[in-house]
Amino acid sequence: MSPKGSRGDRPMVPPADFRSYYGRPVVRPAVWTHDVAAYLFTGGLAAGSALLAAGGDATGRPALRRAGRTTALGALLASTYFLVADLGRPERFHHMLRVAKPTSPMSMGTWILSAFGAAAGVSAVAEAAPLLPAPVGRLITPLGTAGQYAAAATAPALATYTAVLLSGTATPSWHAAYPDLPFVFAGSALASGAGVGLLGAPVSQAGPARRMAVLGAALELYGAHRVETSKGILSEPYTQGRPGRLLRAGRALTALGVAGALLGRRSRVVSGLSGLSLLAASLATRFGIFEGGMASARDPKYTVVPQRERLARRAAAD
Amino acid sequence: MAEAHPVGFQYVVEAKNRGAKVIHIDPRFTRTSALAHTYVPMRAGADIAFLGGVINYILSNEKDFREYVVAYTNASMIVSEDFRDTEDLDGLFSGYDPELNVYDQSSWQYAGQQDEGQEEGEAHTDRETASGLEQESHGPPVPADVPRDPTLRHPRCVFQILKRHYARYTPEMVERVCGVPRDKFDEVCEAWTANSGRERTTALVYSVGWTQHSVGVQYIRTGAIIQLLLGNMGRPGGGVMALRGHASIQGSTDIPTLFNLLPGYLPMPHHRQHETFRQWIDAIRNPEQQGFWANAEAYAVSLLKAYWGDAATADNDWGYGWLPRLTGDHGTYQQVLDMIDGKIKGYFLLGQNPAVGSAHGKAQRLGMANLDWLVVRDLFMIESATFWKDGPEIATGEIVPEQCRTEVFFMPAASHAEKEGTFTQTQRMLQWREKALDPPGDCRSELWFFHQLGRLVRERLAGSTLPRDQGLLNLTWADEEPTGEDVLKEINGFDVATGELLPTFTALKADGSTACGCWIYSGVYAGGVNQAARRKPGREQDWVAREWGWVWPADRRTLYNRASADPEGRPWSERKKYVWWDPEAGEWTGYDVPDFEKNKPPSYRPPDGATGVAAISGDDPFIMQGDGKGWLYAPSGLIEGPLPTHYEPAESTVRNPLYGQQANPARKVYDRPDNPTNPMANDVYPYVFTTSRLTEHHTAGGMSRQLAYLSELQPEMFVEVSPQLAAERGLENLGWAHIVTSRAAIEARVLVTDRLTPLRVDGRTVHQIWMPYHWGSAGLVTGDSANDLIGITLDPNVLIQESKVGTCDIRPGRRPVGPALLELVDGYRKRSEDHGK
Amino acid sequence: MGSNSLYGPLDPAPDAGYPDAPPRMGFFTDTSVCIGCKACEVACKEWNGVPDDGFDLLGSSYDNTGGLSANSWRHVAFIEQPAVDALAAAGTTGPQFLGMPGKDLPGRTLDAPRTDFRWLMMSNVCKHCTHAGCLDVCPTGALFRTEFGTVVVQEDICNGCGYCVPACPYGVIDRREDDGRAWKCTLCYDRIGDGLTPACAQACPTQSIQYGELDELRGRARERVERLRGQGVTEARLYGHDPEDGVGGDGAFFLLLDEPEVYGLPPDPVVSTRDLPAMWKRAGLAGLAMAAAVAVSFLGGRS
Repeated sequence: MSPKGSRGDRPMVPPADFRSYYGRPVVRPAVWTHDVAAYLFTGGLAAGSALLAAGGDATGRPALRRAGRTTALGALLASTYFLVADLGRPERFHHMLRVAKPTSPMSMGTWILSAFGAAAGVSAVAEAAPLLPAPVGRLITPLGTAGQYAAAATAPALATYTAVLLSGTATPSWHAAYPDLPFVFAGSALASGAGVGLLGAPVSQAGPARRMAVLGAALELYGAHRVETSKGILSEPYTQGRPGRLLRAGRALTALGVAGALLGRRSRVVSGLSGLSLLAASLATRFGIFEGGMASARDPKYTVVPQRERLARRAAAD
Repeated sequence: MAEAHPVGFQYVVEAKNRGAKVIHIDPRFTRTSALAHTYVPMRAGADIAFLGGVINYILSNEKDFREYVVAYTNASMIVSEDFRDTEDLDGLFSGYDPELNVYDQSSWQYAGQQDEGQEEGEAHTDRETASGLEQESHGPPVPADVPRDPTLRHPRCVFQILKRHYARYTPEMVERVCGVPRDKFDEVCEAWTANSGRERTTALVYSVGWTQHSVGVQYIRTGAIIQLLLGNMGRPGGGVMALRGHASIQGSTDIPTLFNLLPGYLPMPHHRQHETFRQWIDAIRNPEQQGFWANAEAYAVSLLKAYWGDAATADNDWGYGWLPRLTGDHGTYQQVLDMIDGKIKGYFLLGQNPAVGSAHGKAQRLGMANLDWLVVRDLFMIESATFWKDGPEIATGEIVPEQCRTEVFFMPAASHAEKEGTFTQTQRMLQWREKALDPPGDCRSELWFFHQLGRLVRERLAGSTLPRDQGLLNLTWADEEPTGEDVLKEINGFDVATGELLPTFTALKADGSTACGCWIYSGVYAGGVNQAARRKPGREQDWVAREWGWVWPADRRTLYNRASADPEGRPWSERKKYVWWDPEAGEWTGYDVPDFEKNKPPSYRPPDGATGVAAISGDDPFIMQGDGKGWLYAPSGLIEGPLPTHYEPAESTVRNPLYGQQANPARKVYDRPDNPTNPMANDVYPYVFTTSRLTEHHTAGGMSRQLAYLSELQPEMFVEVSPQLAAERGLENLGWAHIVTSRAAIEARVLVTDRLTPLRVDGRTVHQIWMPYHWGSAGLVTGDSANDLIGITLDPNVLIQESKVGTCDIRPGRRPVGPALLELVDGYRKRSEDHGK
Repeated sequence: MGSNSLYGPLDPAPDAGYPDAPPRMGFFTDTSVCIGCKACEVACKEWNGVPDDGFDLLGSSYDNTGGLSANSWRHVAFIEQPAVDALAAAGTTGPQFLGMPGKDLPGRTLDAPRTDFRWLMMSNVCKHCTHAGCLDVCPTGALFRTEFGTVVVQEDICNGCGYCVPACPYGVIDRREDDGRAWKCTLCYDRIGDGLTPACAQACPTQSIQYGELDELRGRARERVERLRGQGVTEARLYGHDPEDGVGGDGAFFLLLDEPEVYGLPPDPVVSTRDLPAMWKRAGLAGLAMAAAVAVSFLGGRS
């Protein structure tokens, strides 16, 4: 984006406690569209669903397994679409596979997603075993199981690397949030996986999903609370404007979803609604985090003031 | 300078880094001011008041370089007792004729020389023909024997006259007239004088905006007086330098694109004053005069031999009869008015964009819309080629494209990188330029174009016996297109019989045995070598770097450098040693080519009755001047007086605080309904405006508004106002405003900036507005043209327009379009007339 | 990777695998002699074939470029700082924000009281950091460290993922809208390899932009600052010269006459990948928490 383009949405005039160059951003906001915010959600959803599938399979809850495996594949495909669509040169998406670079969270993520994708893909195909000719079906079922556990093993990485992806930037509120953002994303992924379970399984099998919802929500709310309160001025963008509204909506929906999960043990409808609520919550939270960071990059205050404070601290220490 | 000459400004930065103090005086804070130690804001159009104050400071504090002044200037000359100064006549000199608005200059002469002065009629003709330009390289005729008082105490000596004339230019008066605070003014005076004298020299560098005033020549004269008083002429690090707006403006006066000059500052003959060849020559060399102009006949004959070759013979006065003649004012502005009046049928425009770049844009466009044909040679389709379909007059109905009678021929031109040739810069240095690449498409060089044009015209005239055609038919015109070097060789001059290239201008003969295209350039091809192409790096030679390029005349890097030695021929100081007399060798020597006869000793005194070069004393450095002296006082040659005097611009918001005479009494005025002037001190036009260039664009924008990389840097016409004026008129940063004069109203985006400061002038606040003048109706970025605001009032000596200062109103919002625009301008004009009553 | 590969002083080219790397090359931009002519912007575009950036009047003094972008690899900033008495005369002495939306006046501030009007100009450029965030995070290898220690994008590799854009602590690198790839200053990699000076430095008339060996430039810069301070320009300071700073020192550093943020520069930039180990640790912890939560969910209940 040209700096000229940012004229239209320049922030409100801040107080005179810092200086900048015509109020223009110091760091550049990411050029990513909402495709990336959506990917944060679908990636987490894929991870949560894969864990759900593995747990369901391991504990003999086929509905959870089925819902988890298919959602994982669906979310994976959506993730791939969002990621490729957001490239400036989508036809070069395979250039991501040229290198494996530890300093690049995106490169690491690419390999995590690839590994996860292969495993989750196989396990989802295995769901179709009954429809396939018997020999193929017999062959693919154990492969699917193996894939399922492989996917589950990589799922936590898939769910949390995106936090490193955002924190690894100079976008002030993303970077400042690095100790807590992984918990937000991990919790959000769990909650959305739980939502899939609540939606896709009969109440009799949905018990673990309810517990997952509670634990995921707890993790997410803890992380979000830290992000929104402990970063000084850099928490501000998460509490104001659209990001603030999104994150508040996410919290309300999470609460609603958890309440529904706990109270709707006997109602498929209530469970389903709480599942939807958890999915919506995860979506809102991801968009809130995404936009909060973008807002912090657009306003030079969030770059200059914390750095000034850091310099002042250092000077005082000397 | 940083703004319009960033490349040259590197040397100012270098000097600053070495400890030089940089002071910048300008109506607005520019990129130059940003790097200056001191910025001095000043009212536009009050420069003589400021510089006159400096002269007063020098004289009343005796800061002048007295030995230099006595020996090398005309300070000691006694002036006629008939002379009356502006002190006596409230802003006029003696001899003023209010009918013709010119002076009878007899009373300005040195004592005993009154007969030499020009009478009103002559002065009037001189103004019509911008004869002041002839003085670019030689003073006007002045006889040799003048009474002198070397003690400088005689009440009528130039020094005392100067002192009296500038006595009223006190620091208080400078503050009152220019709005310059006393302390800033003192700082300038102290810095300038402290850096001048025996051990130090100061260069005065101006840009050509200085010339664009109704007293422009006198601005520069004032600077020259200071430089002479401080001993800064003819010495290293001194001088008065003009920074030109284009690469070779010096070159285009040396080999002129001017109506009144021939190459080498030979005057274009006037049909009445120079009926015969002899009259013409005598007018140039003035038989009794001293100096190098005494050889003018050799220069002139060689020029005519270059034009007409074998057809130029002693019998036909070397073809003098074929030269065109002046009949009056043929200056560019008179021509435009003549076009409007239907007196001119055809027009060539070469690399010039008057529809945007010349004063009174509307007159320019209406004039060009009333021709039979117009040829435009330029790099791009500029406004002067497209005005008939997209000029501002289309909307107002003043030009109707379907009815516009002018047939426009656009000829795409090659750029400077696409053709070879020389540039002559402000130091008079010619530098050769290779062709870097072929011009694209149909673009062609000037050389190609004129060679072809001449060839085709001569073809059509072949066999004609009409006298008017003989000049063209007898021209030496090669069948093959000459190269740039061929042209330079002809300019250098050659022996007609042998074709041998001449070493220097002293080899030119008046007998027709030599031909030379421009006598002052003779030597540029000395020894058959293109001297302008010399490029020995500075680090491989001494600091004068004489092996880089070639400087006219005779490769002298500093003109009048005899003045760098004292009257006895010794350097004024070791530090400023440059050219000196070597008594043992019996010759002048030094770092530069001495601008003096090599073997004439300092002790030489001319015998009685000597004329020409022989009449120059061994201690007269200014060898092209009639009396060999630097002129503090100009007894003749300047239309509006022998001494620079502060007159208000033709349009001013204040009455002249110094004299009853408001503006230059001899300024050239074209009093016509289509060229109105804003009345002085008129509340309808309460603000001063000035215009100049931005680094990002070039003049009328023909070469910059067509390029995306430049256009994006300054994409829109804007106007700069101070926060105070913005508050007074309700203007907002980035909002629109329109600016109104009695000629036009234009619109611009507003930049509110502290770089403009309101000034206190004569007890009241003066707001100044600044605009760039780069925009027009064609190109990647378009906008209204600031030059549309300006009327046609000219300096009387050189017919340059007053385009750097005027009065206007500014209001928020865009200007009206269509006929309503004309009504707005008319309404202002009527109100200003009512207000005047 | 060496011990300082993510943070701290480092000679980047050898660290990147050039055993016989030539000396590190860079820019020293001395803003005290910048005249704002923008020749650097134009020369850069001419040499590198960078497209124009649109014809917008910004009303920010003479800056109509706005900032560094995919289409402007050099950017000249213009800052007008009025004298305090000028502000008082204009009746605008109330607290004011220096950088302002379009309709306000350019550059009015009171936080640094001045007796003289100042017009600061500064040609900004990619810093070619010792620890370059853009280079670290690039997932395709399109961004690479050259043998001169500079950071360059390979246009045939870049797939426009855009990650480098927010990773730059200076907001330099940018994705070109109609092209989709990331672009920035290459320090004229295709010139310096042939011993030529980068286009901007070549065009700079006042030697505000100086190109050379970084070590030598740093020495020159220290002398310059000392001299300026000696001349009473006490506000002169270097920016980006220090190998101990948050990016390990810049390959392109500056002499400034005011605080960095006044020019649109971050006052204390830190390469974000410095914290990568910590970040991965936190992510691992969160991942473990996630796994544990799943385990508890499935194993800990009855229904």
